[in-house]
Order: sequence, then structure tokens, then C-alpha cells
Amino acid sequence: MPSVDFVNVTKRFDGVLAVDRATFDVESGEYVCVLGPTGSGKTTLLRLIAGLLKPDDGIILFDGRPVNAVEAHNRNAVYVPQQYALFPHLTVLQNVAFGPLARGKSEDEALEIARQTLEMVRLSGRAQALPSELSGGMQQRVALARGLASGSSLLLLDEPLGALDARLRLELRHRLRELVKQSGITAIHVTHDRDEAMSVADRIMVLRDGRILDYNQPIRVYTRPTGIFVANLIGGASFLEGIVEKVAPDSIVVRIRGGLLIKAPAEPLAIDERVILGIRKERVQISPSKLQAENVLEGQVRESRFLGSTREYVIRLTNGDTILSRRFLESENPAFAPQQRISVSFEQSDVMIFTYPPHGLRNELAMI
Amino acid sequence: MPKLDIVGVSKAYGNIVALDDVTLHVRDREYVCILGPSGCGKSTLIKCVAGIEKPDHGQILIDDESVRDMAVEDRWIGYVFQEIALFPHLSVRDNLSYGLAVRRASGDRITTVANEMLDLIEMRDRAKSYPKELSGGAQQKVAVARAIATGSHLFLLDEPLGALDALVRAELRYDLKRLAVDLGLTVIHVTHDQEEALSIADRIVIMKRGRIVEVGKPSEIYLLPKRLFTENFVGETNLLEGRIVETGHASCLVQLNSHKIELKGRGRSITERVIVSVRPESIVLASRSGERNDRWEGLIKQAAFLGSITRYVVQVEGEPDLIVHVPSTGQIGGFRVGDRVDLLLDNSEHMLLFDYPKAGLNDETALG
Amino acid sequence: MQNAKTKADGSFLILHDLLTAIERLSASPLIVKSVYSVALGFFLLIVIAPAIVGILAQLLLLPSLTLSAAVVARMRSAVVWSFVIGLTVSSLDVLAGIPLAWLIVRRRRHWTTILDSLADIPFIIPTVALGFSVLEFWSTPSGIGAILGANKALSQGMLLIILLHFAFSFPVIVRVMVGEFLNYRETFEVAARTLGASAFTAVRTVTLPILRPGLLAAFLLALARSLSETGATIVVAGAFENGTVFIKNARDAGLASAVVISSVLLIACSLLVFAFIKIVTPRIRTAPLRVWPNFERKLSSRSTVRARDAVSLLVFFVFVLLPCLFIAFPAIEAVANGTIKEAVADVGPWHVFWSSMLLSYIVALLATGVNVVLGLPVAVLIARNRIGQHATKIVDALVDVPIIVPSLALGVSLKFFWSNMGALPEFWVLVLAHTTITYSYFVRAMAASVQGIAPELEEAARTLGAHPFRVFRKITLPLTKYSLLSGAILVFTRSVDETGATSAVSATLKTAPVLLVDWIRGSVAVTSSELALGIGFLAATSFLALVVLRSITLRQPKRK
Repeated sequence: MPSVDFVNVTKRFDGVLAVDRATFDVESGEYVCVLGPTGSGKTTLLRLIAGLLKPDDGIILFDGRPVNAVEAHNRNAVYVPQQYALFPHLTVLQNVAFGPLARGKSEDEALEIARQTLEMVRLSGRAQALPSELSGGMQQRVALARGLASGSSLLLLDEPLGALDARLRLELRHRLRELVKQSGITAIHVTHDRDEAMSVADRIMVLRDGRILDYNQPIRVYTRPTGIFVANLIGGASFLEGIVEKVAPDSIVVRIRGGLLIKAPAEPLAIDERVILGIRKERVQISPSKLQAENVLEGQVRESRFLGSTREYVIRLTNGDTILSRRFLESENPAFAPQQRISVSFEQSDVMIFTYPPHGLRNELAMI
Repeated sequence: MPKLDIVGVSKAYGNIVALDDVTLHVRDREYVCILGPSGCGKSTLIKCVAGIEKPDHGQILIDDESVRDMAVEDRWIGYVFQEIALFPHLSVRDNLSYGLAVRRASGDRITTVANEMLDLIEMRDRAKSYPKELSGGAQQKVAVARAIATGSHLFLLDEPLGALDALVRAELRYDLKRLAVDLGLTVIHVTHDQEEALSIADRIVIMKRGRIVEVGKPSEIYLLPKRLFTENFVGETNLLEGRIVETGHASCLVQLNSHKIELKGRGRSITERVIVSVRPESIVLASRSGERNDRWEGLIKQAAFLGSITRYVVQVEGEPDLIVHVPSTGQIGGFRVGDRVDLLLDNSEHMLLFDYPKAGLNDETALG
Repeated sequence: MQNAKTKADGSFLILHDLLTAIERLSASPLIVKSVYSVALGFFLLIVIAPAIVGILAQLLLLPSLTLSAAVVARMRSAVVWSFVIGLTVSSLDVLAGIPLAWLIVRRRRHWTTILDSLADIPFIIPTVALGFSVLEFWSTPSGIGAILGANKALSQGMLLIILLHFAFSFPVIVRVMVGEFLNYRETFEVAARTLGASAFTAVRTVTLPILRPGLLAAFLLALARSLSETGATIVVAGAFENGTVFIKNARDAGLASAVVISSVLLIACSLLVFAFIKIVTPRIRTAPLRVWPNFERKLSSRSTVRARDAVSLLVFFVFVLLPCLFIAFPAIEAVANGTIKEAVADVGPWHVFWSSMLLSYIVALLATGVNVVLGLPVAVLIARNRIGQHATKIVDALVDVPIIVPSLALGVSLKFFWSNMGALPEFWVLVLAHTTITYSYFVRAMAASVQGIAPELEEAARTLGAHPFRVFRKITLPLTKYSLLSGAILVFTRSVDETGATSAVSATLKTAPVLLVDWIRGSVAVTSSELALGIGFLAATSFLALVVLRSITLRQPKRK
């Protein structure tokens, strides 16, 4: 029995579609990340689940029961807003005990539950502090504890790590998932940080302009993205425009700019159809000497970007297209100098094919 | 040709030391990133350069001229704030024209420059829009262009991308760098995001608690940092405590809790306490072979597919859990939780030796 | 110990059960809706409708009324003068108030907090006392005449009215502007500076335009106060007549038609002027940027700023503070020379005085109680947009009506309504009039305060399982209790202060300030000491309220 079910849910604000016929389910105990740029509808989705907004269309079900008419305080789904919304006039302990008290537990019971939960997030020592006295990371843990202590079966996290430093986020994201899994609670975690989503999610939902573009395990969203936007969002790739030249049972040949031919896996496409090819950066090999592979091209290094454990090379191919290559374990100096001529290769199986987007490639990729 | 010299600058707010004897020299046309956790003083430093704050001690010189007695408006520095500071009551065009208008530039010149700026950020069609109608990324682009329009060549960026989506940040940072290079700007860019700093800086300045910890090129900062704080702050790493048991000509042997490890290192003495840092990407995993060899034995505790790499947490006897990054192979595979594996740690290029910090490991690596 | 505890526990238990019962009731959306409906209904039916119906009824009556040409001429010029004075005074107040508010907010020092409190004084002292004090200060030999060495400085009339209105509208501007400056994001100004603007230019071209809505609100509030004030204006007007003075004089002379016509005229003009300003001003485009860098740079210099501060302080002291506090001298004298003994002994005119003080307080308490209980839900309604955007805008606009309509004219309309509706005793009409006039103050203050609480706090509480009443009790109320208290105190003092409506509603029931106006005008024979002391008593109690208000707001945790 799925914990949460959306059937064709739609929500409009002033005529603008914030959520567009969303249909999905979340299993009990699952940790789902909703990923998308600002304005994609992620927060609206969360608020619909929490009961803070009512859908214009469609049905929302909890454990198989429709909850459209159920008020927020009866839904048993805890909403943790982006700025944590800790009650500034209550101590940490009182904040965490708020949920159990509101749900009818006696004061002693509620405080005991609160103490135990604070123990879990390792903040017992700050029980009497006021939220304003705590650091960002600690506030986040209190917000989490408050949600976990409430006894709800569903935790709705709106950018829980958004207010924290990049380095702190790196550390805390795994702890967050651990704590949630430990409690056995179902969690829906909204974020705009792709690495965060990939690290902690059982399944990732990609939202754009209110529509669900993809909803699958991280590895499937990465290796079999449903579209160009998803492919670019989850991992980044190089995109080349082309036209289908030849169709064979086990492969497709696409002609890109300058007449160069690329071998790609078989897809149900017709000759002369316009397509976009996508190749993951780490699947592109480069070398000063000619490489052996199913697809080999020539190019020149334009730029190199050091990213820590990897280096990214921006390569201009002989036909004018740009392709990116990511290499691991680089040493201090780039292996390739700008202007250096190199051989570029990738296998047939590494090529993703997409139909040409109606509004052009640029618009499809646009995030700003 | 603005070059910037900060010499011995200190500033305190009551008892809190914000800056402690900071000295930094920035060359003409250099793109310097100041990287550090919240509260390290990075914002205070550039506020002192801009004249928004006054240092208690020390000197700030722009092109060898002291700015101590110069008001903010006379320093001719471009400044971009983290919170969008576009004037809400002015259109995009009027915002861009502001810097010239207050200098009483002629109407023609104002129009020309405003048009140039609109073309630079490719927003001609939004000239009449008001800030609240634009997305966050678009607003920041206008804010940057507004500062460029004044003609200044020294730029201070205070977490300019901090308020934006992670997805938008990854794109805009390269745009920023490109602008700086094309226009010949000298830039100090403050950030807490190490990937941002690594990817675009000419040099990175690491700050902690009001002090400069280290300065270097991105590759130096990541691969050969002098301080343990830097090594831990910039990217993830595994830190293992141990003692030197053998020294050789250019290498030494370290006894960890239950394992020995050999790495490059000169001038060490036996029984010296040290910290060994092993980057996650430098550990190789293989299925347990059962043969006796010098590999470590481990058990997969966590596995997360992150796209181009898979992140494992491996339990090793006697040592803290190790984080391992393994490049993805393009197919679904890899190790699963519970698998027994062998770990090979012999990549001496990516393993570093540090003195055991006097103030203790927690203090050294603390993020605040 | 044990017994006391169990006793306390016992009563707590009852309270606890009661609250839990209310909470469970509030779980039903129906109950919640009814609470809002009752409050909204009260507002629309008891506060607004009688006023509007009364006004309309009088309008309908107009054709049948006749006035002599002389009276018409008087009336027309009186109404015109009301607006001329009002607009002049409000503009002057804005010009003088902004630098002072700036000083208080930007120059944070020990003495600026004192200045902040001092700026409230004209607001808290009842206008009658203010009127008398201003009269003594500016037009008697013992006031400014003594310093200037003249026999008589200014005589009663228009100039004195302007000085009076300037003084009592001043704190309105300062209060609003201090709030605006505190909430303002200084980053905009800093950004302008980094782009090359001097401090003066940055404030002129960025800060003030951004704060234009607040400035406008302050201006309109000052205008409303000037148009509305009756008691003090009468004291200083002498033979001159502005709108409210005319109405009072007409009433006293028994010219019922003139009263009706002029009050309708005053109301209509007020509404028109306010509507015009509110609608037209936001639409005025900010002129293209014109800067004179060198000149403005000089204006930003230290010495210019110091001079400006000195002038602001001087203006404040000479034209606002001193005239307001001047009443203290004769009052202290009256205490010294023994008049106070008679006052306490309830002898002579004091008997009537104390009963009118009692009346003032009873009416004020009732008005405050009703406003707090029934105004709170409406404040929440407005702040949280509970009835949809359009409906909220309408209610929002309606809440302003009692402020815009001059209270004297409002009193006339209410009297008209209720006396034609049948047997509602004058006392209750009086209470209703005071409730209506002070309603907006409370609702505005509470709405602003509730709006200041992030909605996420309430949302998080709801999803944690808290029923609406629990959310209100445990989250909203604790975070707004200071505003609630200060709002209540403001309502109370405003009601004690009110003269116009009181005199319009009843010729016999006199609240303390109305009585004092009679004393000042000489319709009741009292000695100058008795007068000074009476005013002193009234001022002293309001002063107490100011002290309490200040200590509450100072204890409030700072928002930013």
C-alpha cells in the first residue's frame, strides 16, 4: 500500500499552472527526493501533501484513503519549511515536544519523547537553549527532531539543507537520511541540489514547470533519462544536433554537423528525423594519439577546468561542435594544454538519443 | 590597472575578532576566490576593501594608493551582494544606468553604455522589466552588469551566487569568469562553495576564524595543501591517525590503528604523531580475493550512485569508516551493501601526511 | 506548600480542560468560520454600517435643508480652511519628521532612545491638554512672550491652529518613519554608494523612493488627524473657524441644518481627498535621475549633517516638545498653591470633574474591551488573507474609513442613525462611537504584527497536529502579545482623548476632555489654577499610560 498517492493533481495560482496533472506514488518507508529548479512546483507539491493547499483537480490519497477534505492538523504529515520555522519563544525541548502535546499526549509523555528524539540527533545538551542561540546546523537538527517526535508517518522536508554551507551540507546529508531511515518514517525531501538528491534518495522525481519529467532510482534516472532536460540536470552531458542517416536492427547512425557520423544504440526512429545526441562527460575519452573505439573524432582543447577530484576539458571538434570530457585523478597540471590537438572517443552504448525538442535545444536546457 | 594590497588588516566587533592580521596581495586581472566556512571573516574583509566597514588596524591600497580616507563612493569598486540589491523601483535599464547617472554622465553616454550592458548579458528584451519580474539568476546578471557599467575594473563579489539554485550556480559561475577575463577585471569572489572556487579561481585564499590559512592555485589547494584544515575543507577526505614507525630516503611508514601505510614524506622522525589523509577517489576496491596480500579488508556499509561516481562507505577493522569514490562504469553494477571487498591504498600522489594538530583534530577540522 | 500547589493545580486543571475543550471545538472548520463571521459581522454591521447609513441618510436630507447665505459662506470657507491647514501641516510634519526619524534610527546612541520616547509625548497627551498648553506657550506673556520680551506673542487664530496641528501630528510621522527605516534593507543604500552615489544622493534616489508607500501612509495619517481634531482646535481658534470648529459652533448655536450639511460636506471632501491621494500618488512615475554630484556631496559632509541634526532637534524642541510640556508649569503651580486639596475633597467644580473622568474611563474600557475581542479575528483575517484577495482589499479599505472621516462628523452621523433607529440610550451610542473611532487603530496594529510573523511558523504548527485555536494560543498570541497590549493601550488613550464625537453624540454626557474644553472657553467658571490642575490630572493619567507602553515595547525582543 503506497504511503502517498497522487492522481492527476493540479494546482493553479492566478491562472499559472504550479502543479500539472501530477500522478505518482511513494511507498511506505521510502526516501524520495523531488529535484527541480526554482519555480518548478516542488514547494507547492509539498504543501499540497501537507494540506496547506487544496488541489484544484485530482485526488490525494494517504494509505489508500482520499485526504482532499482532510485538514492539515489531521493529516499526520509533518511539514518542515525551508527556514525550519522553529518557534522562537520556546526552548529546543518545548519545540520538539510540541507535536506530541498537540496530538494529545500528556506533558510527561511528550517531554520524554522529546528527550529521546533529541538524544537521537545528539542535541541533548542544548535542550534548554532558544533557537536563536543555535548554529544553522543545530537548528536543522532540531527541526528534524521536531518532525520525528511528532509521531507522523510522513516527513515533508523543504530544502532541509539549503540554508547551510556547502561543506556542512556534504556532511549532514547522509546523517539526515540515516536518522530518517532509523525512524522508519516515509520522507519526501525537496531540493535543487542534484548531488544531494543523488546521494540520499531511494527515488528521484524531476520536476519542471509543474510537470514530472522523470521518477526513478538515481541510477536509472542517470543511465536512462527520459529527456534532455533530465539528462542535463542529473550529471551533465554534451549535446550534439544531428539527423538520422541510417537505421539498422542493432544500431543507428546519425550525421552531425560537418558530415561526421556517430554510431548510437538502436531506437525506433526514421531516416532524416532530427535528433539530439547526448554523451556523459566521463564517457568521453581523449588522448594525444589516435584512439580505438566505435566513435572517434578529432578536436582541439579549448579550456580545462579543475574541479578537485576531476578535471573537465572543453574540446572543440573539427566540425565546430563542443564536447566535454571529464577525467579523474588528475595531477596538478592538466594533462592537455590549450590548443593541443587530440583524439576524442566514446562507445556506441554511451550515446543517448533524444528527439529534437520543439522549442530548440537552448530553451530545453534553460534553467534561468 | 587595479592591483590590491591588503596589509595587516584587523577588525573586531566588541569581543569577537572578525579579522586577525590579514595580508593579501592581488595582482592586476587576477581572479581570486576567498573560501571558508560561515563566520570566517571573508565578507568582513571585502567590506573593508569597499569601505562599507572600517578596519581597526592595517592598510588597504589600490594601485599603491591608500584608501583609508576615501568614502565608499569614491573608491570606484564594483560590488555585488549576496542578497539581490537591484533597486526595486527602477527598471532594468534604469538600474544599469544608475552608476553613470549619479556621476552626471551625458544622456547619450548613459544610453550607449546601458545598451552595451544589456547586450553583454543578453537581456535587451527585458530592458523595461522590473526586478521583481525576473528570476534570481537574471537579477544577479543585471546586478553584475550594473557594476560593470560604472567602468570600474576592481570587483568584489560577496557570495554572488549564494541565493541561487545549485543548478543555476553551476552555469553562472563560468559566465562570471568569462566576463572577468574578457573585460580584464581584477576580482575577489567570496564563497563557501569549494567546487565554485576550484573551477574558476586563479588563486584560492582559505580563511578560518578571521585568519588566512593558506593561499594557492586550485590544483595546489586540492592536491598539495599545506594545512590539514584546507585538506579537509576542500572536498571530502578520509583522515587516519597514526605514528611514524620507519623513515626512508623520501618515504615513511606509518602505523595506524590496525594497518600500516607507506607514503611520501621527508624529514619525519620515528614515533611522531601524524594524520594521513586519503582522498576517496584514490582508494581502489576489488572483490575479496581471499589471497594474502597487502590489501585492506573491508565490508560495504553504504552505497550511493552519484552519477559519474559511486560513493561507498566501507567498514574497516580498527580504522574509521572509509569513504571511497569509484568511477561508474556506465552499466548498472558495482558493489552492494554487505559485500566483502579488498581496498588498495597505494596511490601516493593522493595521500598526504600532516603533523598532528596541536589543538586537536576536532578543532583543526571544525567548520566554524 | 502542598495544598497551595494542589489548589493551583486544581484551577489549572479546570483552565486546562476548558482550553482543551475550546481547542477541540476549533478543530471543526465550522466553528472557526463562525468566529470570523461574528467578528466580521460586528465590524460591518455595528461599526461601519451605522456610520455609512447615517451619512447617506443625512445626504438624502440635504435638499430639504436651507441655510442663510451668510452661514453658507462661513461654512464653505471653514471647510476649505480645514484642508488648507491639514495639507500644509502634514507637509511640514513630513519635512521635519523624516530627519528626526533618521536620527533616531541611524545614529543609535543612548540619547536617541530617549528622543524616541520624547517624540511620542504629543501623541499621548490628550489633545485638550495640548491645546491649552500650546495656547499658554505661544500666546500668553508667560510663554514664549517671556523669552522674546513681548507682551503677547501670537493671538488665537489660524497660525496657532497650524502650530498646534504641527505639534500633535508630528509623532504620527516619526512613529511611522522610524518603523519604515527599521524595516528597510540598508543594502540598497550601500549598493547605491558602491555605484558612486554620495550618502545624500543614495538616500534621495534610492531609499526615499522605495519608502514612498510608508511616507504616503504617514502623510495621510497626519492629514486625518488634523482634519479630525476638535477639542484643542477650538481652544486655540478664537474667532477663526475651520471645519470642525464650525460644526461645534453651529451645534452650540442650535443650527441643526448647518451641522448636518457641514458634516456631510467634510466627510465627502475627506473621502475624496484621501481617495485621490491614495490612487494618484503611487502612479506618479519616478522622474528620470537627475544628480548634482558636487552639491550633493557637500550635503553629505559631516558638518552639513551635524547642522541638519541640530536644526531638526531645535525644531522638535521649540515647536513640538516645549509647547506640549508647557502645561506642566501651571499644573505644578496649582499643586503648590493648594488647589489640589480641593480637588481631592471633591469640592465645587471638582465633583463634576471626577464624574466626567469616571465616564471617560468607563467608556474607554468598554471600547477597548470590545475592540480587542472583536477586532482580533478581523486583524488575523486581513493579515492572513483568509477571505481571498479581493474581499481582503475591501475590508482593508473599510477599516480605514473611521480614521478618514473626521470624528466630529462621524459622531453626528452616528447620532443621526441611532436616534432614528429608536431607543438606544445616549451612553451606549457614546460607547459605540468611541468603539468605531478607535477600531482601526487596534486592527491596524494587530494586523501588522500578525503579518510580521512568518506564516511558516503557523503552518509548521498545524502540520504538527495543532488545531487552529492551539496554533493561536501557543504560537500567534505569544509572539504578538506585546503588540496586543500596546494596541489596547493606544485604543484606551485615544478614547480618553476623544472630544469631537463625544460632543456630537451627547450634549449632556461630558467626558473629561469635553468638560475641560468648557472650562477653557469659560462656559463654566473656574480659576486658572483649577483649570491647570484639571488638565494636569488628565495629562498625568495618559502619561502613566505612555510609561507603561514604553516599558512594554522596550521589553519586546527585537525583530532584527
